Amino acid sequence: MDIELRGITKRFGPVVANSDVNLTIRAGEILGLLGENGAGKTTLMNVLSGLYRPDEGEILIDGKPTRFEGAGDAIRAGIGMVHQHFMLVPVFTVAENVVLGVEPTGRLDHLDIATAREQVRAIGAEHGLVVDPDAIIEEVPVGVQQRVEIIKVLFRSADVLIFDEPTAVLTPQEVEDFFGIIRSLRDAGKALVFITHKLFEILEVADRISVLRGGKIVGEGDPKTATEAELAEMMVGRPVSFTVDKKPAVPRRPMIEVRNLKVMNDRHEVAVNDVSFAVRAGEVVGIAGVQGNGQTELVEALTGLRSAIAGSVVFHDEDITHASARHRHKLGMAHVPEDRQREGLIETFTLAENMVLDSYYDEPYSTGIRMHWPKVETEAARIITDFDVRTSSVFELADHLSGGNQQKLVVAREMSRDIQVLIASQPTRGVDVGSIEYIHKRIIAARDAEVGVLIVSTELDEIRALSDRVLVMYRGRVVAEFDAAAATVAELGLAMAGATA
Amino acid sequence: MSEPGKLDGFSQDLLKRAVSDRFDAEEMILVPLLAVAMALAFGAIVMLATGVSLTAVGQSYVALFTGSLGSINAVSETLTAAAPLTLAALGIALGFRAGLFNIGAEGQVLLGGMAAVVVGFALTDTPAWIHLPLALLAGAIAGAIWAGIAGWLKAATGAHEVITTIMLNLIAMRLVDYLLRNPPVQKPGRADPISQSVLPSAELPRLLSFIDPNLRVHAGILLVIAAVLFVYWLLFRTTTGFEFRAAGSNPDAARYAGMKSGMIIVLVMATAGALAGLAGANQVLGVLGRASPGFSGGAGFDAIAVALLGRSHPVGVLLAGLLFGALQAGGREMQVEAGVSIDLIAIIQALVIVFMAAPTLVRATIPWVFRKEAGR
Amino acid sequence: MAVTDTAPVTTADIELARRRQKKVNGVILLGLAVFVAVAFGATSEGNAVFRLTLPRDAISIPNLVVPAAPYAYIVAGLLAFFGIRQFMRGGGRSTNVFLGIGLLLVVTAFLTWATAGKSFSLTGMLESTMVRAVPIALGGLAGVLSERVAVVNIAIEGMLLAGAFAGALIGSVLGGFVGILGAVAIGGLFGFILAALVVTHRVDQIIAGVAINLFVLGLTSYVSSQVLTKYTWLNNAPVFRPIDIPLLSDLPVIGPVLFRQNLFVYGALIMVLVATYYLFHTRSGLRARAVGEHPEAADTLGIDVYRTRYINVTIAGMVAGFGGAWFTLGSVGRFDEGMTGGRGYIGLAAMIFGRWHPVGALMAALVFGFADSLQQKLAILHTPIPSEFLAMAPYIATIVLVAGLIGRARPPAADGQPYIKE
Repeated sequence: MDIELRGITKRFGPVVANSDVNLTIRAGEILGLLGENGAGKTTLMNVLSGLYRPDEGEILIDGKPTRFEGAGDAIRAGIGMVHQHFMLVPVFTVAENVVLGVEPTGRLDHLDIATAREQVRAIGAEHGLVVDPDAIIEEVPVGVQQRVEIIKVLFRSADVLIFDEPTAVLTPQEVEDFFGIIRSLRDAGKALVFITHKLFEILEVADRISVLRGGKIVGEGDPKTATEAELAEMMVGRPVSFTVDKKPAVPRRPMIEVRNLKVMNDRHEVAVNDVSFAVRAGEVVGIAGVQGNGQTELVEALTGLRSAIAGSVVFHDEDITHASARHRHKLGMAHVPEDRQREGLIETFTLAENMVLDSYYDEPYSTGIRMHWPKVETEAARIITDFDVRTSSVFELADHLSGGNQQKLVVAREMSRDIQVLIASQPTRGVDVGSIEYIHKRIIAARDAEVGVLIVSTELDEIRALSDRVLVMYRGRVVAEFDAAAATVAELGLAMAGATA
Repeated sequence: MSEPGKLDGFSQDLLKRAVSDRFDAEEMILVPLLAVAMALAFGAIVMLATGVSLTAVGQSYVALFTGSLGSINAVSETLTAAAPLTLAALGIALGFRAGLFNIGAEGQVLLGGMAAVVVGFALTDTPAWIHLPLALLAGAIAGAIWAGIAGWLKAATGAHEVITTIMLNLIAMRLVDYLLRNPPVQKPGRADPISQSVLPSAELPRLLSFIDPNLRVHAGILLVIAAVLFVYWLLFRTTTGFEFRAAGSNPDAARYAGMKSGMIIVLVMATAGALAGLAGANQVLGVLGRASPGFSGGAGFDAIAVALLGRSHPVGVLLAGLLFGALQAGGREMQVEAGVSIDLIAIIQALVIVFMAAPTLVRATIPWVFRKEAGR
Repeated sequence: MAVTDTAPVTTADIELARRRQKKVNGVILLGLAVFVAVAFGATSEGNAVFRLTLPRDAISIPNLVVPAAPYAYIVAGLLAFFGIRQFMRGGGRSTNVFLGIGLLLVVTAFLTWATAGKSFSLTGMLESTMVRAVPIALGGLAGVLSERVAVVNIAIEGMLLAGAFAGALIGSVLGGFVGILGAVAIGGLFGFILAALVVTHRVDQIIAGVAINLFVLGLTSYVSSQVLTKYTWLNNAPVFRPIDIPLLSDLPVIGPVLFRQNLFVYGALIMVLVATYYLFHTRSGLRARAVGEHPEAADTLGIDVYRTRYINVTIAGMVAGFGGAWFTLGSVGRFDEGMTGGRGYIGLAAMIFGRWHPVGALMAALVFGFADSLQQKLAILHTPIPSEFLAMAPYIATIVLVAGLIGRARPPAADGQPYIKE
């Protein structure tokens, strides 16, 4: 089945998300759709999968113009989408999720879950996607969740499969497996769209590349001949440097020492198991690993948001294992949380209010219980200018900022104090390239100002660009340590998958 | 880094408020006016449907106006009715701001009122400048404790405040029934549930008795103004209020920022309870002079509506409280003058809430009043 | 994938609470043990006689005779054992079970103490428990149905009241069965209005619910005082009498409790079963729950989120309307202002208590119904406890249970949130 998008334009109020986009998707081919965060990739694919209706333009399926009134129409037309944030009901089983919307039923609308189970097994067997149909979604790892998403799409006999940033949550090895799956789907005659901002992945797997920038198609590429630099320039609109300029680190005395730390997760399993390491002043330690291997719990334990069940955390010479988050903040610990919208910001608060979210309690922002708003506002204005957060006023609400600017706001708040340690989780997740470069520069500047920096990221590129030393976490343990300058992607990838070096 | 306090031109620009965005005349003035007008129109339809003649409908609405704003006495009645509603609603609004749904204002009003009555009749030979504040304080403390139980349960065990406050309401009602039927609260020589009378030294003085001793508006209205200012100050000018609002808007972020959620919950509930308790005290010390079953008049429940209508902002709550007070005062006049049941007022109140909360409904019903929206 | 926890209580708080709860529950149980021993064991004499047979019963079985003081001490001993066990091991699912059993034992010990030296009809009380549970169970079920599609339903109280009013008015003119149909229709209408307000007009769900309650209270009271007081024949409806189920109604104890009831009791039980089947064993139920848990996912699969919400909330309203008719057609035959007296809110509590499950809501409703009828019947026994305090007991028990329960069920993930397409 071939699909052609002609002149697609989609607006949200005054914002033009897609403008006059033309795109062809062919059976037996993997189309790589490359673009930065906010370039309009997801909007375009939501148009294609029937979730959004385009303001202008048309969709042609095998040459015939088609209108989708909702997701159901697109599904019936054979278009299936695997969303970046999985569209799975966490409390349902695998089988229930797969059949949702096209359920096998008996009399009295009875849900025939036995048949559903068999169907899931059959599709799994056919495409080499093994899952337990009775497993509860929230209890299985993300890799399995992705498999469920793929089975879900295949179950609806899709001929066109769209993958939105599918590799973000996978290990390098799982990425290889995933590429194997989509290649075999292509060879089975399916049309595939692979949306990403990762250049090397698109060069490896795509048969054809289209680049989206600012809602427009700005170029095409042939993966056989194109280079990463060319594609990056097309994607960002200017030449991009992939490395962060930094001098060799000059590590000094340890700022944070973690000894035999053990932390439980919400499900009462040991998430961090006997972890020991130190972060010294003037160095960046990177913690690599696939999401869900204990990094979240480790950071929460370090920042006082989760209690450790054993081991200790020492800050300078003070044991802070059981200290409150507030106390650690006062000692000079800064924390950029992994999910800015859930933890880092209050979206209904103004920028000024957000700027003092964790430092409102003391001078100069308050005395006793009296807030000094004028002081807060002038400081906020200064910091916002300093960190180049794009906004018109400190009285703007945080949810009016773009993702990149929200992240800059959080980073700015955390770094514009006199700090000794910076703990940053996913410091550039979902942020545009310009902001990434900027945030990276500031982190290195902090390191050079003798701050001890701990970076936790699932993006290997980021870990490699920033870190002086890299620790790899796997199933709650630190399984390997590398000198960042010497480590290769292959070595790191192996360690992330749990292969002991 | 630049000198603190000195900002360059660009930063200076950031300190300007975007005034035009903040004030949307249609949203702020037209919608509320039309909401009230539509609610009144619907009320007229209900009256006509139940066999009230057209002239009587006209009379009703004239009475509604004269009874609430038409004379000094009417205004006095409006203020008197608005006072307990506004006080209790301020507490509920505080809870909303902190993400807590306190259905328990009714119970807090009842117990606050009871405590004030007890102090009001028990302390004999006490000068008014001690007695009255003590009676008010007793009301506030009783309300604070009662609400604090729900707060503590939530903080300590995670028990949902909607359930616990509903239960505490029911318990408070029974408790008040018991107290009113038994000594020492019950009035000696009476078999029916009624309390002893508050001594004159604990009564909230009437403010306009120099004009006419029958004007009921009392010093409680000053209490209301003080409470509005206090809640505004607390919410928007203090670190505590910042914590309340943060915990209410995004509890995860509040925790990240080192705020103690348990502490905040207990504090918010206790403050809300104190305000509701004051509402009860205000009623018994300023209007009734004693307690009897149902002396709250459902103020704790109506206050939920007032808080919602006032969009959980202290000034909004004051305006909403005044509106509801006016409707109640006018409603009584309506019942007397036009023979239309005061229950009609509840219908009108409900519709005002609906139309205020659903501006799209107002726009859809009478589209010609509004500017056409751009691009649609 | 991170499971976002929308409850204002964070996971760390729950963890802390869990540990504290182990101790809290232990203390509660030990305290109850002491209380039972001192208050009931030491003060009672003689035997408590529980009559199990009602006058009309075909088969009569002997009375249950319990020696009051020894029984109280046995209960105290068991409670102490549970309490110590909590301290030693505690935690986990069994904690709830033990706390539940413990409270049940306390209730039996209390009953025995109150009855000591007298006789008391246990079956009669259970029978009225069932009856009194009906409006609460139906209110709770209405809550379950709408919250499962993520619409918070504060309006249950108003829907019950509307049902009661419509039942009385229509029942008076056109007969009982038409009255029920009218009550169901009016309940459904208010369900539909709630859906329209929150789904289409995106009114805050709690505001919409409060407004509906206020509106219904106002309208029914208004019409009642404006019209029904003048034309009393409009407020004189027939009452549904109990229907004996052949054979089953002759069983001792179970017969009168379950099979000698009126239409509303049978209706409530059937509705709970049907709702359970619907929610957990049908295609539509799966879709409805998907809409409540993850509306976006449902939308991507072609399920119409808005339509699903409209339908389920309307059905919820119909269920509450039926429950409302109980107040008039199922009990007194006439409408009084505000006669639902907060049962809708208790139904809401029953829903949360029953973990958003129809059967759970029914169980919770039975607890409230039991306490309600206990208080009524105890008045006959002339206990030294003031009746007001007896009336408080169920509410205090609810608070204790809600605070003591570990591992509270999560509400549907999207509960209370509007779904905005595009």
